[in-house]
Amino acid sequence: MGERGREGCCPPMDLMRSEPMHLVQLIIPIESAHRTISYLGDLGLIQFKDLNAEKSPFQRTYANQIKRCGEMARKLRFFREQILKAGFSPAVRSVTEADLNLDDVEVKLGDLEAELVEINANGEKLQRTYNELAEYKLVIQKAGEFFHSALSSAEAQQREFASNQSGEESLETPLLSEQEMTTDPSKQVKLGFTAGLVPREKSIAFERILFRATRGNVFLKQAVVDNPVTDPVSGEKVEKNVFAVFFSGERAKNKILKICDAFGANRYPFSEDLGKQAQMITEVSGRLSELKTTIDAGLVHRGNLLQTIGEQFERWNFLVRREKSIYHTLNMLSIDVTKKCLVAEGWSPVFATKQIQDALHRATQDCNSQVDAIFQVLHTREMPPTYFQTNKFTSAFQEIVDAYGVAKYQEANPGVYTIVTFPFLFAVMFGDWGHGICLLLGTLYFIIREKKLSSQKLGDIMEMTFGGRYVILLMSLFSIYTGFIYNEFFSVPFEFFSRSAYSCRDLSCSEATTVGLIKARDTYPFGVDPAWYGSRSELPFLNSMKMKMSILLGVAQMNLGIILSYFNSKFFGNSINTWFQFIPQMIFLNSLFGYLSVLVIIKWCTGSKADLYHVMIYMFLSPTDEIGENQLFPGQKTTQLVLLLLAFVSVPWMLLPKPFLLKLQHDRHHGQYAPLPDSEESLQSESNQDSHGHEEFEFSEIFVHQLIHTIEFVLGAVSNTASYLRLWALSLAHSELSTVFYEKVLLLAWGYNNVIIIIVGIIIFICATVGVLLVMETLSAFLHALRLHWVEFQNKFYEGDGYKFYPYSFALIDYEEE
Amino acid sequence: MYGFEAMTFNIHGGYLEAIVRGCRSGLLTASDYNNLCQCETLEDIKMHLSATEYGPYLQNEPSPLHTTTIVEKCTLKLVDEYKHMLTQATEPLSTFLEFITYGHMIDNVVLIVTGTLHERDVQELLEKCHPLGMFDSIATLAVAQNMRELYRLVLVDTPLAPYFSECITSEDLDDMNIEIMRNTLYKAYLEDFYRFCQKLGGATAEIMSDILAFEADRRAVNITINSIGTELTRDDRRKLYSNFGLLYPYGHEELAVCEDIDQVRSVMEKYPPYQSIFSKLSYGESQMLDKAFYEEEVKRLCLAFEQQFHYGVFFAYMRLREQEIRNMMWISECVAQNQKSRVHDSVVFIF
Repeated sequence: MGERGREGCCPPMDLMRSEPMHLVQLIIPIESAHRTISYLGDLGLIQFKDLNAEKSPFQRTYANQIKRCGEMARKLRFFREQILKAGFSPAVRSVTEADLNLDDVEVKLGDLEAELVEINANGEKLQRTYNELAEYKLVIQKAGEFFHSALSSAEAQQREFASNQSGEESLETPLLSEQEMTTDPSKQVKLGFTAGLVPREKSIAFERILFRATRGNVFLKQAVVDNPVTDPVSGEKVEKNVFAVFFSGERAKNKILKICDAFGANRYPFSEDLGKQAQMITEVSGRLSELKTTIDAGLVHRGNLLQTIGEQFERWNFLVRREKSIYHTLNMLSIDVTKKCLVAEGWSPVFATKQIQDALHRATQDCNSQVDAIFQVLHTREMPPTYFQTNKFTSAFQEIVDAYGVAKYQEANPGVYTIVTFPFLFAVMFGDWGHGICLLLGTLYFIIREKKLSSQKLGDIMEMTFGGRYVILLMSLFSIYTGFIYNEFFSVPFEFFSRSAYSCRDLSCSEATTVGLIKARDTYPFGVDPAWYGSRSELPFLNSMKMKMSILLGVAQMNLGIILSYFNSKFFGNSINTWFQFIPQMIFLNSLFGYLSVLVIIKWCTGSKADLYHVMIYMFLSPTDEIGENQLFPGQKTTQLVLLLLAFVSVPWMLLPKPFLLKLQHDRHHGQYAPLPDSEESLQSESNQDSHGHEEFEFSEIFVHQLIHTIEFVLGAVSNTASYLRLWALSLAHSELSTVFYEKVLLLAWGYNNVIIIIVGIIIFICATVGVLLVMETLSAFLHALRLHWVEFQNKFYEGDGYKFYPYSFALIDYEEE
Repeated sequence: MYGFEAMTFNIHGGYLEAIVRGCRSGLLTASDYNNLCQCETLEDIKMHLSATEYGPYLQNEPSPLHTTTIVEKCTLKLVDEYKHMLTQATEPLSTFLEFITYGHMIDNVVLIVTGTLHERDVQELLEKCHPLGMFDSIATLAVAQNMRELYRLVLVDTPLAPYFSECITSEDLDDMNIEIMRNTLYKAYLEDFYRFCQKLGGATAEIMSDILAFEADRRAVNITINSIGTELTRDDRRKLYSNFGLLYPYGHEELAVCEDIDQVRSVMEKYPPYQSIFSKLSYGESQMLDKAFYEEEVKRLCLAFEQQFHYGVFFAYMRLREQEIRNMMWISECVAQNQKSRVHDSVVFIF
């Protein structure tokens, strides 16, 4: 039954139903397993089942290889980080050759990592010394200034003191000063000091702790270093202060040293002697420049190394990722008792059988293996995955459907119809060919630059728009079409196809009314006659037209949904659904709303003035009454009676027979023994799945389910039809909004005859058009179209409880990692 | 007493409660532990953890791994989460979150002071400190020679300062004094935390008082057991018990006079919640007591998640993660030292 699309009479219709799949078993000799999996990954048409689900990751056969790959991936990340830090970018992917050997690469990576780490360590050591020296230089300079200024102020004091002494003794002269000054130098306490750098944010706490620890017997002097200094330990740029602490006593010294350590303040030896200081500075500067050249040489070396790594990087990365995925896949296979071969199970599309067998064969040959891999199809009752072969055009539409639920295996795919109906329903709400052209231009930009844009990373919203570019293309084309039907170009009507059919009877008729208009020419050939716009009856006319059109479209789409349910039941051989679901549903919907649609069309064609509300309401309330002036066609009363009866009959028809028939079927099925399966292996495979196949049959549950289903359909027929009126509502909102922007902004500004006002008006008009109409209205129309598809259309037939086919494919892996 | 926290809690606390509950669902599960216990090498552990929330923290670690690296990285994750929550928190939640770290701060202070006493390198000690209990001038602790200096130099700037008022003596630091200091600080901290939670009121007070009371009782039992056979007098021992909890005050009186583990046991068996803990132990045994207490604590912490609109979940989450890290450390140590038979001895499962 799966070969329907390929019988030759008709072109393949891949999207109508998902690809026929089968569960295949591969028995692969262990020596060619790796290559086989890699070929299958290239092919990308098989989804492996995890046969070792109960084993934890490290108990599996190839856990070691995965660990190795993980380790290599870590090294590669390390390289990437280093390369990016050094400001190179890894070369764009070169053409990958398959001749890379994983073991060689592993060794190579290990060597390179060791080399790089060593270079880094050496560089760091040098850099650290360099930074230390740089700090030292700063300390000498800044602390030198302290001493210098201290010295000069001391001299000044001395001079002052001397001058004071020479003069008369005043009251201010300290009494002890003389004594103090003349104390014998041997008794003088020698002040110790230490100098260094402390991070600026810690400097206050540092000062406080110093003060506390020594009970204030300390003199701290700090100077701000203007530029951030590279800290030798962490290698980061830090704002620092140079400090010099003066203290007395050995105990205080110990404490201060400890505190310095605790605060990460680097101390440097410092000499009081000015001459020595100058000498130190020259020495340090000399060493600094020496180190600088060494470091530069090291950096060049490192740069070269990174460059060579960068050239190969992508290739390695690619290889490692592939290898890792191969081993992950190998881990999913169960290993034979003899450890000679691996057994794989997986889903693959039927059409891929040849390709898979080819790949297996090639792998065997390339490995010079004695034994060919065995390919066999297993029979199972398990639900196969759903696989649609989409292309760049259809994939976005399929996404729209999948976002609701992935189709059950081989069920009718609403995606096919969505390609047309979705943009069309959107356009019904967005009918304006001016806006349509704007959208078209935007999406054409995406489509023309498709190659370039798809290779680069876009933002979140851009990514989404770009992904849906073909949806938007169709949406814009359809809205240009409906725009012509509504005859709106930024809400302005044009006499595009011919002159308006109506003209004034005499001079007294104004535009604001249709009273004076007579039909002078043939009917306007396409869309709404421009004469309607601006007239008093514009809204009543357009509303009535759009409302009726919405109902027609809605009934048509719902009918399509129900018809699809027929194709589903036919395909799955479920005649109960055909007779007791599809037929009564068709009758019910069409006897009420199908009839309404017919009335609408008759009314349009005949120009009758019948009130359709009245007809529909009294069809229920008093079906036997005369219709009177609302008669649209002869025999209407009888028709209505018949239709009403049919609708009433179809409700119990939907509700009652199906559960009983199901029960009967179930009983009959259990009354006899199941026929024996043909062969041994299918027995095996089926015995595994049997538990899934036979569910408990609970009559009450089935009945309640059917009851709910019936109620839902009957009520849904009304509410879903009403729901399609959103087509009218949104299109009304859209046209009214664009009228407001056109008349109240653009025309108003134009009326002032002032360049500035006109420019401002145009800017506001453009912003409003783009922001409100092109972006927000597009979004809202999109969402409403989405809802109409998901709810009103798909609930008629779509189960959507399948799961996606997710093949093991290198292409997918590469895509994901990026 | 219930406030109307359900009405207003989410204004400030809703986001963070969601965050913490999300984090909680990332705790390792029973099957994770089962797999971890079967690991043969530390690489296996890494491989397994890479599938959990610890993955990003461990993936760039080069082999060979060490137990310390695993524990360090796991702790780093906890710290990152804590910091994230703290920066998002408003009063009074931020104070509450800060309270959680004071316990670590006390431990760190004690660690550094003890370390310096035994002339260990400060940097080495700093590496051993719990990152949650770090404060700026922690390294300066090494300068202090006695309690008074300790307080005056360093701790006066930290949130621990108020707790210190009870143990300022000019006694020199020795092992015994440091231990007493730790317990005094802890007592003051727990009491303060308890008061703070009571002040917050509502479900927070209710749940936290239960958890903190358990913590206080556990400390009381531990103090008693550890001080048996030391020169600590009964009165001094009595002073170290926190003044709240199930055992307060009568249980404390009895614990204060206990002379051996069996007496402690007979005291504790009078309290129904602790009866079950002690009934698991055979007479004279105290090794398994820790694990039994941890299990009980985990049970209570998990219960905190059963209620909404309170801060207890933050405390419970931090504690559960810490327990998880302890478990991980134990498992990795067992794996590293090839003692796989003992792997189940000290692992407390969190469910």
